Amino acid sequence: MTDIRYLAPRTLDEAVGAFAAAAGAARILAGGTDLLVQMRNGAVKPGTIIDIKKIAEMTAIEELPDGGFRIGAAVPGAVLAEHPRFGKAWPGVLEAVNLIGSKQVQGRASAGGNLCNGSPAGDSVPAMIAAGAVVTVQGPNGRRSMPVEAVPAGPGRTNLAPGEIVVAFTLPARAPGSGDAYLRMIPRTEMDIAVVGCGVNLTLAGGVVTAARVGLGAVAPTVLLVGEAARALIGSRLDDAALEAAAAACRAACKPINDKRGTIAYRTKVAGVLLKRAAAIAAQRAGGN
Amino acid sequence: MSKLHVSTSINGEPVEFLCTAAESMLDVLRGPLGLTGTKEGCGTGDCGACSITVDGRLVCACLMLAVEAEGHEIGTIEGMAQGDRLHPLQQKFLEMAALQCGICTPGVLMASRALLEKNPDPTEEEVRFGLAGNLCRCTGYDKIVRAVLETAAEMRSAA
Amino acid sequence: MNDMANKWIGARTIRPDGADKVTGRAQYSADTTMPGMIWGKVLRSPHAHARIRGIDTSRAEALPGVKAVVTHKDIVEFPLDKSVMLGIQDMRWMCRNVMAREKALFHGHPIAAVAAISEEVAAAACALIEVDYEVLPHVIEIEDAIRPDAPILHEWNRFEGKPSNIAGTMVLKAGDIEKGFAEADIVVERSFTTRPVHQGHIEPQSCTVSYAADGRVTIWSSSQGQFMVRAMTSLLTGIPQSDIRAIPAEIGGGFGAKTIIYLEPVAVMLSRKSGRPVKMVMTREEVQRATGPAPGSLMTVKMGAKKDGTLVAAQGTFYLQAGALPGSPLRGPVGCSFAAYAIPNVLSVGYDVVSNRSKVAAYRAPGAPHGAFAAETVLDEIAEALGIDPLDLRLRNSAKAGDKAIYGPNFGAVTFKETVEAIKHHPHYTAPLDKNPRPGFKRGRGVASGFWYNAGGESSVQVNITEDGNVLVTTGHPDVGGSRASIANVVAELLGVDHARVNVMIGDTQTIGFSNLTGGSRVTFASAMVATASTEKVIGQLKERAARIWKIEADAVKWEDGMALPAGDNAGKFPPLSLKDLAAKANEMGGPIGTQVQLNTTGADPGFATHCVDVEVDVELGIVRVLRYTAAQDVGRALHPGYVEGQIQGGVVQGIGWALSEEYLYDAKGRVDNAGFLDYRMPVCSDVPMIDPIMIEIPNPKHPQGVRGVGEAPIVPPLAAIANAVYDALGRRFYALPMSPPRVTERLAEG
Repeated sequence: MTDIRYLAPRTLDEAVGAFAAAAGAARILAGGTDLLVQMRNGAVKPGTIIDIKKIAEMTAIEELPDGGFRIGAAVPGAVLAEHPRFGKAWPGVLEAVNLIGSKQVQGRASAGGNLCNGSPAGDSVPAMIAAGAVVTVQGPNGRRSMPVEAVPAGPGRTNLAPGEIVVAFTLPARAPGSGDAYLRMIPRTEMDIAVVGCGVNLTLAGGVVTAARVGLGAVAPTVLLVGEAARALIGSRLDDAALEAAAAACRAACKPINDKRGTIAYRTKVAGVLLKRAAAIAAQRAGGN
Repeated sequence: MSKLHVSTSINGEPVEFLCTAAESMLDVLRGPLGLTGTKEGCGTGDCGACSITVDGRLVCACLMLAVEAEGHEIGTIEGMAQGDRLHPLQQKFLEMAALQCGICTPGVLMASRALLEKNPDPTEEEVRFGLAGNLCRCTGYDKIVRAVLETAAEMRSAA
Repeated sequence: MNDMANKWIGARTIRPDGADKVTGRAQYSADTTMPGMIWGKVLRSPHAHARIRGIDTSRAEALPGVKAVVTHKDIVEFPLDKSVMLGIQDMRWMCRNVMAREKALFHGHPIAAVAAISEEVAAAACALIEVDYEVLPHVIEIEDAIRPDAPILHEWNRFEGKPSNIAGTMVLKAGDIEKGFAEADIVVERSFTTRPVHQGHIEPQSCTVSYAADGRVTIWSSSQGQFMVRAMTSLLTGIPQSDIRAIPAEIGGGFGAKTIIYLEPVAVMLSRKSGRPVKMVMTREEVQRATGPAPGSLMTVKMGAKKDGTLVAAQGTFYLQAGALPGSPLRGPVGCSFAAYAIPNVLSVGYDVVSNRSKVAAYRAPGAPHGAFAAETVLDEIAEALGIDPLDLRLRNSAKAGDKAIYGPNFGAVTFKETVEAIKHHPHYTAPLDKNPRPGFKRGRGVASGFWYNAGGESSVQVNITEDGNVLVTTGHPDVGGSRASIANVVAELLGVDHARVNVMIGDTQTIGFSNLTGGSRVTFASAMVATASTEKVIGQLKERAARIWKIEADAVKWEDGMALPAGDNAGKFPPLSLKDLAAKANEMGGPIGTQVQLNTTGADPGFATHCVDVEVDVELGIVRVLRYTAAQDVGRALHPGYVEGQIQGGVVQGIGWALSEEYLYDAKGRVDNAGFLDYRMPVCSDVPMIDPIMIEIPNPKHPQGVRGVGEAPIVPPLAAIANAVYDALGRRFYALPMSPPRVTERLAEG
């Protein structure tokens, strides 16, 4: 009945070749924590499943000479958490990846899968955007890079060209005085899809914010990079007025929907609340650096 | 439909099976392999009743394709006791009435063991968050958490 | 309480089925297989409300691998004009619940079923069944269903002379409420709503069924009553009960949901038509869409009191959702809401409202949590208005032994006051609580009480002594909460043998006498009573054997510490005969030692509970968290304290979920929007604190072991206790559940 093919290529070229050849009928398998659910409910009926976990680049965590990190797109959150230094440099990104689902899910779920699934509520994405992560993508026409925020195109869709696979996330070197944080609003304490997710990345010097990026999730068809919020914070001492202006910018950037997880009014309000709280944590972490 | 041949190791024993690319590890464990200790509560990774380990790492069997087991070491509840010697967690759960209907128990035990292997001295909060992926509807979690904390203490003093 | 004299009763023994449960060897219904087994799948209605004009199964039947197809034609029809009851279930509704006949009444309603060589083929075949639907407008919510212009589900159902979705009413009254309210110094009237919630058993419904060539049927299923399975399957298939063997598999949670069946009659007919054993397992989505749940409600409660806190009148109007077919548990709110209090003037009215959602099933104290949410909130408001401590208000008005209950009988012992006092004197109640712990967070404390009828009912227990002097106990009730452990304690204690020598099993319909459902807080109550009777009979047999060996009268023998002894010096000097000794001689002395006792147990007195809870609210986000929870309940006697505590803790956490995060959500087409554990949000481990159970042991004089049923009372108080705590934290009353973050935030914004 269902004659699904399973491939587990050992090289990226093989994977890209098979993915492109399938012309839309294939799905990439990393952790499978979205794909298997979608197959079960009939939302996705792949002709071919391409398991990328045997490709070294996809599962590697590299410390770059400049102090940045390169994380393979298929690295599970739990593995990332075991890295001795990643969490110190990027606690916000790490906590975001490790808020996806449960411990069991974190044993498999990856930032690459979370991004490419295209859910506006994917927990890792706001933090990756705030971090200024850049993804390396490989396709039939070769390799290219794009900022993370350029990848989501709408609920369940990405801007990747046919046959393209996300290979790795590159996070830049950390300037001294930097810290990041990710907060989400969920009704329970775990296990829920984010009603709103907010990632904030700050650099402070002498108490003044010199750099900031804000990612906002679950409040629009794609995860947002909220430039206005960042601009409200830069040059400030994170005083109440600056935080309120950044919160207002987040609220203004929201284009949420009413659904089984939250209402428009609630999400909009919460976007502002989370911005303030995440900024406070990011600042505290920055102070420690 | 042609089936895939998988060679793997389950609870330390070499195992071979046939499966389609669509079948989950849970389907195969409970079906052809007859290892029904791993339960299906939801099939979507939201309840933890199907918790197993892959190379020692805790995962949901319903979120893994059976074919992915090739070349890996799978751990299930059936491998937790050593013959008639129960794992300290299993023993403690019985002593402290940390189960009622028992359907979530295999998954909870697998998750608890994984938790203690990583963190032999957890706080109550760490236990609760570590087990957040395992739904229990009967016990209200109280005795489960107590059993894990007490086992942790005993295992530490025995070490 | 473990009387110092007791060795096993009151001890925290290891349950007989424990090793299997912790090693994954216990066989639940979906774990069973039969040789030659094929798979059954159900085709479910895609419409919330539609007339079924025709069903064409020919293409499905022609699909290779399909072995049988079943529709309502294969299920016995119970005509709409004649009520046939099985316990509390009306078979007219059961037959339509199991397979739609005239209409599809909810999204997910079974329309047909297929058995095939694999689940995949069965599902593909379901998609080939062509159904001619005439789609009709649907209605979901109570307030919509009772409007004069609402779409009517059952044209034949009339209320006050007109076609209606009100399918039944229940009225209980006492005194004269108009007079009562006239005498009141204060009257508080409030309206409440609660959303439907599901029992949330982690194990979906499933069964494996074999219809043999001689017409004998074997059913393995997950149920709360194998005798119910047999009886209901017999009625729905026309197969005589004596030809059906219903075997209870281990059950992975029920809470009332599995006191009826959905799959078994369908599987039996599939097995009959295919000639193969058939297995059917519901997915989580099917469970959420098409089984249970507990009703949503619309309620108004009005209570009047004198200045000194004496309650003079209470009036409750309770609308409960029945789902697509009649039968919501009106006796819950109507009978229980005011039952714990001695109120002279009461009018309690319930309305059973049908709407296009799955038919409700029992959920732990069915209907009582709803009514308690309303009544216990109003009591809290009265206490506040009068400046009386809410616990004192309850003490002042507690019912007493001998009082006539609103629902009919005179109360025996009433142990309600003890639960209130237990909370009042507990350190939790007087512990300081910083209501403003840090900016943006508020804390509060609330209390509430609850009442549940409990039940007795039929129960059978066999006690048999093996040739090597060990004990086999067979009971007739599925074990949902560790009842086997309690029974083992009782039998070991009475026989005076080591607990490890007592093995307790659950019989099937052919191996044990009739036993009523596991539910209604009755299993331990009923089976312990019958186990006691059975064991006492066995002891009688043992004494009689010893007497014959010693050639004395049977009444000159006593049984102590597992041995027969001469009852006094006059009886003679004989060395003791142990259970082992007598068992070894059993065959030569007349045959095996053992007996079965079957009783319709009575004397089940109600359950009373009082709870205290502290909450913390994140004001900006509207998130309520439970910080501390204490639950006091009269348990009669805790045969196995661990499992009694477990009932209290489990019921409380279900109540927490009901109060804060669980609800059914529907889309515009009347489909359940959150049919899974991701968005149907039950509490996870990190959501709740330790639950502190206070087991008050006042032995029930009507039970040989003093047992009082415990399973249901714990879920009755939490809804109001938590709402009262949130009020204490925020200064806002909540009359709608769940108190989810968006609702809390909205309520705060209302000012």
